[in-house]
This record gives sequence, C-alpha cells and structure tokens, in this order.
Amino acid sequence: MQKHVRLRKWDFALRNAAALLIFLFAASTAWAQKTVTGKVTDAGDNSEIIGATVVVKGTTTATVTDVDGNYRINVPENNAVLVFTYVGKVSQEVVVGNQSVINVRLADDPRLLEEVVVVAYGTRKKTDLTGSVIAVNAKDFQQGNIQSSEQLLQGKVAGLQVTPGGGSAGGGSTIRIRGAASLNASNDPLIVIDGIPVEGNGIKGSDNLLNTINPNDIESMSVLKDASAAALYGSRASNGVIIITTKKGASGKPRFNFNTQFSAGVITQKVDMLNGDQVRDLINANAAATGNNTYKDLLGTENTDWQDVIYRNSTGTDNNLSASGSVKNIPFRVSVGYSNQNGLLKTDNFQRTSGAINLSPKFLNNALSVNINARVAATRNRKADEGAVGASLRMDPTQPVYADNEFGGYFEWLTEKGDWNNLAGRNPLAMLEMKNDARKANRFIGNIELDYKLPWVEGLSLRTNLALDQTSGNRTETIDARAASNYRTQGYYRNEDEKKSNKLWDVSAFYEKDLPEIKSKFDVLALHSYQDFLTEVFMNPAYSTDQSKMIEGSMPAFATDRPQYRLDSYLGRINYTFDDTYLLTASLRRDASSKFSPENRVGYFPALAAAWKIKEGLFTDSKAVSELKLRVGWGVTGQQDFNNYYPYMARYAYGSNTAQYQFGDQFYQFLRPAAVDANIKWETTTTTNVGLDFGFANNRVTGTVEWFNKDTRDLLAVAPVAYGSTFDISVFTNVGNLTNKGMEFVLNTTPVLNDNFRWDIGFNVTRTHTKIVSLRKQDDPNFTGIPVSGISGGTGNTIGLHMIGQWPYAYNVYQQVYDQNGKPLEGVYVDRNNDGQISDADRYLYQRPAPSTLLGINTAINYKKWTARASGHGMFGNYLYNNFRSERSVMRNLLDPVLTINNASTELLTTGFYNNQYLSDLYIENASFFRLDNINVGYYVGKVFGNASLSLNAGVNNVLVITKYSGLDPENSSSTGVDNTIYPRPRIYTFGLNFDF
Amino acid sequence: MKNIIKNIAIAFMSMSIVTSCSNKLDLFPQNDMTPNNAYKDMDGYMSVLAKIYGSLSLGGNEGDGAPDISGLDGGSQISFIRPFFNLQELPTDEAVCAWNDQTIKDFHNLAWTSSDPFIKGAYARPIWNIGLINAFLRETTDAKISERGFSGADATNIKNMAAEARFLRAFNYWVAMDLFGKYSFLTEADQTGTTPVEKPASEIFAYIESELLAIEEALPAAKSAVYGRVDRAAVQALLARLYLNAETYTDAGKYNEAATYAKKVIESGYTLSPDYYRLFQADNDTQVNEVIWAINCDGLMTQGHGNTTFLVHAASGEDAPEYNVGSGWAGYRATKGLSGKFYAGNATTTNDKRALFTTSKYKIDPVENEIDDITNFHNGVHVKKWTNNYTDGRAGKDPTRNFTDTDFPVFRLSEMYLIYAEAVLRGASTGDRATALSYVNTVRARAYGNASGNIADAALNLQFILDERARELYWEGHRRTDLIRFNQLVTDTYLWAWKGGVQGGRAVDAKYKLYPVPAEAIMVNPNLTQTTGY
Repeated sequence: MQKHVRLRKWDFALRNAAALLIFLFAASTAWAQKTVTGKVTDAGDNSEIIGATVVVKGTTTATVTDVDGNYRINVPENNAVLVFTYVGKVSQEVVVGNQSVINVRLADDPRLLEEVVVVAYGTRKKTDLTGSVIAVNAKDFQQGNIQSSEQLLQGKVAGLQVTPGGGSAGGGSTIRIRGAASLNASNDPLIVIDGIPVEGNGIKGSDNLLNTINPNDIESMSVLKDASAAALYGSRASNGVIIITTKKGASGKPRFNFNTQFSAGVITQKVDMLNGDQVRDLINANAAATGNNTYKDLLGTENTDWQDVIYRNSTGTDNNLSASGSVKNIPFRVSVGYSNQNGLLKTDNFQRTSGAINLSPKFLNNALSVNINARVAATRNRKADEGAVGASLRMDPTQPVYADNEFGGYFEWLTEKGDWNNLAGRNPLAMLEMKNDARKANRFIGNIELDYKLPWVEGLSLRTNLALDQTSGNRTETIDARAASNYRTQGYYRNEDEKKSNKLWDVSAFYEKDLPEIKSKFDVLALHSYQDFLTEVFMNPAYSTDQSKMIEGSMPAFATDRPQYRLDSYLGRINYTFDDTYLLTASLRRDASSKFSPENRVGYFPALAAAWKIKEGLFTDSKAVSELKLRVGWGVTGQQDFNNYYPYMARYAYGSNTAQYQFGDQFYQFLRPAAVDANIKWETTTTTNVGLDFGFANNRVTGTVEWFNKDTRDLLAVAPVAYGSTFDISVFTNVGNLTNKGMEFVLNTTPVLNDNFRWDIGFNVTRTHTKIVSLRKQDDPNFTGIPVSGISGGTGNTIGLHMIGQWPYAYNVYQQVYDQNGKPLEGVYVDRNNDGQISDADRYLYQRPAPSTLLGINTAINYKKWTARASGHGMFGNYLYNNFRSERSVMRNLLDPVLTINNASTELLTTGFYNNQYLSDLYIENASFFRLDNINVGYYVGKVFGNASLSLNAGVNNVLVITKYSGLDPENSSSTGVDNTIYPRPRIYTFGLNFDF
Repeated sequence: MKNIIKNIAIAFMSMSIVTSCSNKLDLFPQNDMTPNNAYKDMDGYMSVLAKIYGSLSLGGNEGDGAPDISGLDGGSQISFIRPFFNLQELPTDEAVCAWNDQTIKDFHNLAWTSSDPFIKGAYARPIWNIGLINAFLRETTDAKISERGFSGADATNIKNMAAEARFLRAFNYWVAMDLFGKYSFLTEADQTGTTPVEKPASEIFAYIESELLAIEEALPAAKSAVYGRVDRAAVQALLARLYLNAETYTDAGKYNEAATYAKKVIESGYTLSPDYYRLFQADNDTQVNEVIWAINCDGLMTQGHGNTTFLVHAASGEDAPEYNVGSGWAGYRATKGLSGKFYAGNATTTNDKRALFTTSKYKIDPVENEIDDITNFHNGVHVKKWTNNYTDGRAGKDPTRNFTDTDFPVFRLSEMYLIYAEAVLRGASTGDRATALSYVNTVRARAYGNASGNIADAALNLQFILDERARELYWEGHRRTDLIRFNQLVTDTYLWAWKGGVQGGRAVDAKYKLYPVPAEAIMVNPNLTQTTGY
C-alpha cells in the first residue's frame, strides 16, 4: 500500500513528463516490476504438478508450471495476488508481498465438483449423474502387488465383490456387482475397455484374460451398478458393467515415468494336519484293536510336513516405463511393462510383458478428434498343478518325499506289482516338479475412435469406434515320462491352441444443445453397434513326453472348432437438464443376438432415470450442505452370457473319439440330437434404484445412501422337463425368477485437512438379500428344489439346493446331534419330521454361501512428504461347506479302502469319527471375515539425478484376516460354497520406486 | 489434406451406418449337423445307430462327459449297465457296496425312496433311449428313404437298422417294465416334445411282445449279423425272458411261449463256451458261440465309468492287478448267500469253476466272508468274475488301465437252457422234463468240466433252478427279477446278510418289488402317478 501511494505521488509530480515513459514501460515489460519464481507441488504426495496455471489476479498475466513444477512469473507490484489452479485441486491465492520465491502446495479438491466420469458411451459430470455409477481413479486404486486389473477395485466400491480365486500367480477373480442375479448363466459383469465390451471368458493359455491388461495403464474404472446406468449395454448388462479407461496422452513436453516394484510373499497359514507320529499312533492303535495289520504294515518312519514340501516364499518384480506428452501437437502416451511373479507353490510362475500406445491428435481446427489405442500383452504362465494343494493334505506324513523307484525318485503309493496305485494320493512335489503346464497368451486390443463435429450443424457430431480384441492362446502340457500318473504312456505331451477375435464397430451421432431461454439443455445419442465374437480352437492328440508316440484314445474328434456369436444393436439416449437442477435420462437399446432364434432374437432394454439436485433449490446458500442430490432410476437389462452359443438350434452333435461303438471290427462315432428349447430367449432383469448423494461441510463429509431392487425374470436355468419329451431330462431354458434387493451406504470423510496434514477415511457397506421366487414355468406345490453343489467324496453327493423362497445354493443338510459335552455324535441326526427314521426327508436348509453384508474401508494420511494408506474389506453372513474337513477328518480317510494311508486333519483327534458324515451341518461354517488387504507407506524424496524426482513406497498386501472359519481361507470364490481348500493367498511385502523425469 | 481427411472420415462413418447385419446373425456350429444333414448319407444313419446301441454302454457323448441325462453323476447314475446292475443286484444276496455314494446303501437295505438319484437315472435312461430310437425310426420311413435318394442295398440296410432299433426299443421297455412296472410310453408317432403318457405293465408287456413278434423275421438269422448288432436270436431270447416273467408283469403265465422261444434260440446253432471265465474278460468278444448279444465296451474307444469298467474296478481292491485295472475301487462284494450255493457248509473248495471268488488277497473263508460292516471292503465274498484280462494274460487295450475292453453279455445260451427248464417245471406243455434235465446238465457239465456235477431228475425242482441261475448268472443283472419270480425278494422265505438293513436279514414291504417313479419325473409330467406304497 505504501508503494501504491508513492506511485500516485510520482504520477502526481510527473504526470505530464512521465506519461509517455510509463506507458512504454508498461507495454513492453508488462509492468515487470518484479519476478517471482517457485514450485507447485501436490499436497498429497509432494510430487511436482506440471501444467498448473499461475495467474496474476485481475490481469491476463499467466504462466504454467514446467515439468519440474517450477514457474516463473513477473508481477507488477508487491500487493499483487497470484492464483494457482490445477484440475482437481483447490485453487490457492497468495499475496506476493516481498517474497520472490513462492512455493505452493495444492490440495485435492474434496468437492470434485467438475469431475468427469466415464459412463456408457460417453462421459458425464459427476454431479450430473442420474444412475448408480462409481468411478475409481488411479490414485484411489488398491495399492501394492496387483497383477489383475479387477483387484484394483477391491473394497473400493459399495456392492462390488472381488474374490480372487486363490493365491496363484496371475490368477483371476470372481467379480460380483450387487450379488448374483442368475443361476446358470454368467454372473460376471460386462467389462468394457476403452469402449470395447470384451470377452470375459478365459482361453487355453490364460484362465484370466483380465491379467493381460497392465494395471499400470489404467486411468480409471467406472462401475455401473444399476440398470439405468447399465441398460445402454442391453443384453449383457444384467450383472453390471465395469468400464476400464486407459491412460491417454497429455499436452506439453514429453514426461517419463518409471516405476519398479519388488515383492516377496510368504504363506500365512497352513492346514492343521496330523504329523507322522500322530498317524503312527492312530494306525497302531487301530491295528491293536482290530487285529488287522494291513495298514500298520504300510506305515513309514518319517515325519514329513507335505505342506512345507510344496510351498516356498514367493518373489516378484513389476517394472513399468511410460512416456506421455505431445510431439508435433499430437498427444501420445507410450508404455511398456514387465512383470514376473513367482507363486507360493513351487514352479508357479507368471510373466507379463505389455506395451501400449495412445495417440490423440485433432484435425480440421479441432473438429475431428482421433483417438488411437493399441495395446499388446504377452503372458507366460507356468501354471502349477493346484491339485498339489489337496495332495499335500492327503499324503501320508509317515512317508518320505523321495524314494528309490522308477518314478523319478519321488515316493508314490505302489501296488504289489510295483505299479502306481492310481486311486491313491499323489506325491504333491512330483505333481509340481514333473509337470510343466505352460500357458501362453498374446493379446492385442486396438481401436480407432473418430469424433467429427459437423461444421454445418453446431452441437452435432458423428462418432465411430472400430475395435479389435484378439488373443492367441497356447497351452503346452508336458509331464515327465517317469511320473507315476503317466508312466504307462511314457509321459504326456499335448499342445493346444485357441484364438479369440472380438470385433466391434460402433457408429453414432451425438447432438447437444443449450436452450438458455427455457433454462434447459439436452443431448441426444443415437448409436448402432455391431460386435462379432469368434473363437477358434485347435485341438491335438496327446503324445508321450518325447512326442514319439501318440497316446491312444487321445485323438480329438475334431481338429478344430469355431464357436461364434454376433450382436447387432441400436440404441438411443437423451439427457435433459432443467435449470441445472433437474436431470432426466432416458434410453432404449435394441439388441439382436445370434444366440437366439430369429423369433426371439430381438430384445428391447429401456431405462429411465431422474435426479434432483436438492442443494441447488433448497440449500443454495447453505454452508453446511455442500451437495444434496436425489436419484431415481429404473431399467431393464438382459443376459445372454452363457457358453452355449447355439442353445435354440435343433442339431445333431458328434461324440468324442473315446465314445464310439463297435460293430464288427469297426468303430462308429456317435451322432446325437441335442436337447434344446427352441424358444429360449433373454433373461431380463428389472432394476429400480433410489439414491441420495450428500456432501456436508464443504464436502469434508460426502456419501451416498442407495436402495436397489433387482428382479430377474425368465431366468436362464437348466430346468427339468418331462422325461422322454426331449433328449435330456432337463434343458437350458427360461424358467422362474429371482430377486435381489439391498442397500448401500458410502461415507467419505476428511477429518483433518491443513497445509501439512490430511486424513481421509472412506467406508462403504452393502446389505443384500437374494431370493429364488420361482423355478418352475407354472406354480407347482410339489416342487422339491433342484439339488446343486457337488462335493468331493462319495460320488454324486450334493450339499446345496435351489429352493423357492431361499437364497441360491442354500445348504441342504442333516442336523447334527451332540452329546452333553458338545461333542458331535457320529451319524446321529435330528429326526426333523419325526417319522422314526433318518432319511432324505430329514435334511433341512441351513445357511448359504453368499454374504448378506459387504464392507469396504479405506484410509489415507498425507503428512508433508509422507503418505500412508490402508484398506480392507469384509463379508458377513456367508457360510462355507468345509469339504476338506468332512472328507479328511475321519478315521476311514486315514485307512483308505484303496489300501493307502491318507493324512487327516487334527480334528480327527477330537471328534474321533470313523466314517465320513458328508451331509452333516457340522461342516457348514460361518465364513464371515474381515481382511486387511493392504497397508502402504510412501515417501516423496524429491530431486535425484538431476531432473528426475523420486518417490518410494513400501507395503504389505493381505495383512491379516479376522474370521471364525476353521479352514484355510474364508474368502472363497466358488458360488456353491464348497471349500476343498484353496491355493493359499500369500502375504506379500512390496517395495517400490517411482521416478518422474 | 484437410479435405482428404474429412472425406475419409465421412466415408468411414457412413459405411458403417449402411452395414446391415440382420442376416449375419444366423450362425451354425461348425462341427454339428442339422437334423437333415445328419441323415444325408449312410454314415449318418450308422452313427445314430451307434448312439442307439452306445447309449447302453456310455452315459454321454464323450464317455461320461457330455451326458445324455444331465444333473446326475455321469459315471454311476445315467449309463445303462451300472445302474441296471445296481438295481438288479444290490437289493439281493449277490451284492453289497462299501461306498458312501449318496443313497447307494439304501439298495441293499431295501429302503429306497422316490427321491433316490440312482433310481432317477435308471428311470430316465430307457425312455431317453426310446426317444432317440423313435426319432431315428421317423427317419427310416419309405418316404424319407426315397426323399433322400437311397435305394438298393442302402435302402434295405436302413430298413434293417429300423428293425434293430425296434428291438432295442423293446429291450429298453422290458428293462423299464421289469424295474418300475408301469412306465412312460412313447412311440415313433410321438414327435419330439410330446409329454409321455403312462402305461401299466400289462400294456407295455403287450407292446413289447407285439413289437418283437413283428420284427422277428425282419432281423437277420441267428449268428449272421456282425458282432455287436442284434439278430433274430436276440429277439427270441428277449421273448423267452419276457414270457418267463409274464406272471410278474401281467399276472398270467406264458410258460409255453417261454419254452418255445428258449428252444428256438437253443436250436439256432449256439454252443456253450468250454471256459466259463472267458465269457467275462477283456477278449470275450471271441465267445460268439455262446453270447447271443453283448453290449460292447472298449478301453480306448468306448470309455466310461458306467459300463464293465465299473464291474471290474468296483469288485477289486488291492488285488486290482489281477483284474488288470490300475486300481481297485474296493466297493462291491457278495454275501454268503451267493457263495453258499457253491460251498456246502464250511467247505472252502468246490469243483464248480463258476465260483470265481478267490484272488491273492481274498478267498472263501467262513469268517472273513461274514459282513459285519458293509463299509469294510474286506468283509464279504469277493467276486472275480468280471476282469480286464486277455486269455494270454495281457491287460486290456487302454494303457492307463482305467477303462476295460470287456463286453457285457445280455443274452447267453446258458440262460436259455435254464429258461426252458424252469418253464417246463412251471408247467409248460411245449417242452418236456427230460430235455429240461439234459439242458440243466449241459450247463453243469460246462461248469464242472465233466459230468461230475450233473444232477439226477429227482433233484430237478424250481428252487434248484433258482439256485442254479444264481450260480450261472450271478452279477449279470438277473437276480432281482429271479427272486421276485420266486417271491423271495421281499419275504422272509429267504434271508441274507443285511437284507432289509439288519445283519441277519428281514422281510420288507412288498412295495420294494418295484422301484418308485422318481419324484421329479412326476413333478415334470402330470401324466405319471406314483407306484403304490411310495
């Protein structure tokens, strides 16, 4: 202010003489009285912010920060104010004063008001969403050792359940959005990568196609939960949609990023098995009691812990290099990645090499936007035989690992003749070391998007997206010629190929218009989409290991197969906004699928949603209420994702070469008519969704409360038909319906927020209830349910039942009777129908595998250059059938009738059961759990090696699990809930470095 | 440049708008056939016929896999031989099972229910086969033959296949009627999709009889068909068996006809094989002098766990190498009721070579043969009748020894001798007692290798025939039918270990003479009714 006054004095004194001089000075130097420099960094992780805007308030003087976050700007006077802004950050204003260096740290904008979310066929401002869409950006992804993209979302989204299949390297997960809505068709959500709905099924060479996407290339993932959001994907959207958007090029000078991560995994828990001495004691006692020394004579002298034999500490590295920027005004991003992971099971290894390029140039004065993505990934997986996990629990601990024999020197159970006893358990180490199951997959995903703004109609653009998703898989399985399981054929060698090509052609017109005179704006989308899914399978016979001899009977009936299906779709959508307060979305998709007969081929999938930004009308000036929005949505989605591509078609199918019939000297292949329902059609799910989004205290507290109801009709299910009426007793048809309703509650808060310290806590909880309403085409009081969930042990036994009024896969068991000490009485059950005998009629429905409550918790703390994050998730109300216990904790299991000794779990010592009691409710266990998925600490080091800036991180994945479940792991991806013990998930310690330069 | 880009972009977009795709949605699987293509040549007819026969050997189109009947266990519940064996042998003195498979123990206990999965499979299999045969027969009409341009030998061949198919339909109906009494009924006049009606046993009996009589002459003469395919003798053998049990099915005996048709087979040129054991091993396809019709199994080409693969594995334990299979399933044994028909009192030897109860591990032993615990494979009489052995000692063809080559004889000459004898003893006027005695002694002479086992006329009575049938035909799927014919299945006239679920044996409700209609079958077909008592 002093200087200002003085200037006026000068002005006063020299107003004539100096006038010209001052004018020239100002014009030529922009009043450059003073130069201010400084650096803009992220308040979160202290990384430099590149491209942040620095403006002298009230002027047009501005600059942007360079690749190091540095800026330099001339200010006219000391009382000028600098405004620092950056997308997604809270803007800051700083009075220059007498400072010449001003460093600024920009914090995330908790309001995220202008955050743009990727939705079906487009983007929308987050505040304008009408459906239930959750976008998770890269910075919020699950941290640490993540090999498969879906695991990035673990615990992050209410209603989303990601269950890894086990601990195998590169293994996949089961993904459920708001529970399972189908019985026999898929319950997997549709995955859309950069606008390409991709094939979710595995391929020979890769069980998990999602691991061919490098998680480091992903910018954001949107989860479309309700039908109003998902219905644009029509016939494939009933299980929700996950849209993966990959990172794109940026403007400016090229920037590079290199990150590398080392990881080491350890086994967290082993199954409590008897040791060799305990087995010897039990068998000796049994021999003494029965006088039968058959098993006693089989005993060995060792104390082998077979679990120790097969597991190791796992290691892995993950390296990624990317560059993004602009060259000749063409924004680009290029990345390469290499990941190499060893699993806990010996020999288990997964490697991925990936590369991606994105170009997003604009032409014709920016009227034509082009976006080109090409993404390649090569995965190489030596898949360990997971049967070794079960085999390690079965193998007799009194036996040695190695033995002097012709089977490669591994101990195996032999018959008296010296042959391998092929019903006996295998030496689990031999299963791992003598078998190389080499899986390879090479995937290419590429697309070209054009977006042309028609010059002669303002607001109208034409778009097209042409995409190819192609994967070639190869599986080469080699088993050592000496392996007990295969020595009779001099080993085993088989090489099989499979190729999947998914082609997409979308073309659309988009029109948007503002009508300020009636406070309205709207946009309209019309789209035609054509998609072709082709699988080519190449089958070969099996050979001896040295490939000198074909194994008889292994010749496939056909050398190739070529399943294919196509979808032809039209859709329209209109978004309408009134007064920026009332939002309406209406859409209709028409799908035609080759999977259905011409009569049933076409399905219509409408959706309607409305939202009211309550804040804008009622709390416009409220400080406490920063956001309040009510959303109501309704929509119909379809389901046609099942493996049978021709379910309606009357046809005859040839049998395999091992199913032929001999007439005279000649064998004839079978030719059999298929059992089909010619009228099969879509399964449709109608979803109603009501949600309230809220934000309080300047959005320091935000969240959502949501209620949903999914009603699935014409359920695609295998349903019984009159015996003899067609060529099966059940056919794949539309029958019955199922409902799935629930609530979701999401709360994100920032309890502490200041310059140096920020603490965020996020919490989401979901309650669901699934119920089978009907499983018959007409009401049937005699309906007794459909037995499901086969178990191991006792051929044909099932533990579950699909029954009206129940959750799917409800357990159907006998009620165990206990003695006064609480010890279960073997084979004694409650006579529930009081008919004096224990029969099938005494089984009752008790619990089910699906959880009723899902929980996700995340927290992050930023303190100066430090960040710490933790996240966890839990499931409650889910039960498992502990098949391992029911099969392996009885004396009969020890004394295997095939004349071998099996190991048993330590439970045998307490229950003392002799025979298996497979169907007792004793083995239905509460598998509710909470898992702390990850703890991660990061430190921003800053400049090292000249221009490169470095940050470090270290963390632990799979930190701990809290559960009452007695098995190895309560988190089981099987829909039937039958737990035969899984490949254990390791606890993984990671250490990573990240360079930006 | 700009114009070029613009034009390319517009062309690109408009091209895809124009693309019409509706006809591109008619896709057909590469390796399957439309119904018309399936029958376009003789290979197609042969392949469907192979399936019709093969559905008696395998449960699915890929062994146990790609099952014909879904929702049940492919190996144990939906094939023909294994369920037929379970239902015919397990409720009798000839077999007990050690396993925990679902309700398998209910069979020996004579305590099954209408929700039994094994019974469900056994009910579903014959009507499935009949449905397939009906579909096949619709493709063998004169109209279809000429429409497809077949003539001469091909046309004749198709008509022969049709007659064979009709025999197999009659056989499937016989199996169903014997097990269930009344049964679902369909003929080739019922198109696929028709819900079957239910017919009582008497009507099914009449239908089987009329069909067999109608095709008797149409089939090739005895021993003139290639191995595996039926000929006239098979028709006559089934008629003989049908008539012998007519009283069970219709309350009216047809013993005259039984003797007549048994004799027709006997006089067709068959002779008994000198070595009984060779009839049940891997190379039993050489035993065509005695075997009238067998269901074929092959360790490489016809692989399933529900055919003789089951019979060989299930009976063997640690002695599996002697059966030439990779491992024993340690499941099935017989009670002393069976061995007692060979060994008098506590004797442990017999000259009857049909007593195949001894291996290196198991032998006839009055103590060990007692069944104290059904689940203990070591208890009971071990049966080494079915093996995967070649006569020269080799194992069957499958190098992994998982699947057997042994065929399953459905009709053997010796059964015809015994049918004739029994029919005469039951009053058939079409035969005579002297011939009956000589036939019985023919069977016994083969068993003993000489005349030392021959019986005198005084010993020839009905109970002797029943016991002789046990000795000659055990584990071939006859026992339940025989015990019903002699009213010994459910009564206390004859008890064996664990009959009715108690160790000493007991009588059970007469309803167990028939199996119930599966509850689910009734649920999905309102035309069906439950059997009395269930």
